[in-house]
Amino acid sequence: MKQVLIVDDSNVIRKVAKRILETLEFKTVEADDGQKALAICTAQMPDAILLDWNMPVMDGMTFLKALRNMPGGAAPKVIFCTAENDISNIARAMHAGADEYIMKPFDRRIIRSKFEEIGLV
Amino acid sequence: MIDWFTQFRTFVQKTTGVVVHEGQEYLVESRLAPILRTFGFASTADLIKQVLRRQDPQLIALVADAMMTSETFFFRDRQPFELFRTVMLPRLVEAKRDKRRIRIWSAACATGQEPYSLAMVLDEEARRLAGWQIEIVATDLSGSALETARAGLYNQFEVQRGLPISLLLRYFHRDNEKWRVVEHIRSRVRFQQLNLLHSFNQLDTFDIIFCRNVLMYFSPETRRSVMARMAQTLEPGGMLMLGATEFLPGGEHLFQPLPEHPSLLLKRPVALDADLKRTVLA
Repeated sequence: MKQVLIVDDSNVIRKVAKRILETLEFKTVEADDGQKALAICTAQMPDAILLDWNMPVMDGMTFLKALRNMPGGAAPKVIFCTAENDISNIARAMHAGADEYIMKPFDRRIIRSKFEEIGLV
Repeated sequence: MIDWFTQFRTFVQKTTGVVVHEGQEYLVESRLAPILRTFGFASTADLIKQVLRRQDPQLIALVADAMMTSETFFFRDRQPFELFRTVMLPRLVEAKRDKRRIRIWSAACATGQEPYSLAMVLDEEARRLAGWQIEIVATDLSGSALETARAGLYNQFEVQRGLPISLLLRYFHRDNEKWRVVEHIRSRVRFQQLNLLHSFNQLDTFDIIFCRNVLMYFSPETRRSVMARMAQTLEPGGMLMLGATEFLPGGEHLFQPLPEHPSLLLKRPVALDADLKRTVLA
């Protein structure tokens, strides 16, 4: 079973995403900021990361750059999942190494579609 | 209840081809609920009685629209678009290298996601198709769906279902809270209102027809008639793409499925004029 790390400071978003991902037969692990997410990745690299942008302690963009510089950090597919919906921000995220991008709010179909896009569904 | 429902089923089938089955009152009620509210009808039965009097064409059009299943999204089911790129286009590029002209019909295109997806594939293949004239005609019965399609304007949910982010960045721009298809993709598609139950004569001929997830809502007779008229509309060597669950609904003598892709049908080489006439007349 593939593992997805959900990184979001909102408990509600993590819960909704977890429920959807479990119906798609993923195992999930959660972090509420980028720093905790990095610790999880150091211990065990997930197959994919659903990543919020704006979070306290360490934001999504800082996390992504740090992740991609870690040993093995190029492997996980990263899907940004954020309320940031400006074209320039989306382009920045993709340039920084994200594989896909979800603009909140999302539903099951969007999550499914994006995980299909990265080849995990 | 039964009486208006039975009459309404006949009305929907005659108007749109869509078969409403017995026991689907719930479907009718949920589809018509917004119209009920807008026009202040007391009940679904009252609304339907008014429709059946056939005095108000606008109301009839709204009800017909509501009864048609028009859910669609960009690159729906993926594989048809992959086959379009890897099988259909190469076959036609080879077969039509003298004329260098390909015509594509997106039948029952609803709000336009399918023809725009095809236009995006063509744009990605632009280098291979340099010097070719490629037309996409997209039709639907629903005037309101076509209005959305022509505007090429979609909400945030619609652009995230099926559309990779790289294509969103390349082929859309923000328009207030929505996303609009860029002009050079919009201008590749010509939209036209058409009822699949009526003649296709106004359309000229095509090399490719996409008619997905539509025939399944029709009766077997209507399906056969539509398939036969589509076969007549296709050029020799033409191809028909059906929905993933619509394997050859009554068109075996007109089309041959690709063995590994049963929903992609090739027009049979000897196009059996007698068969066509017999099926159309049947």
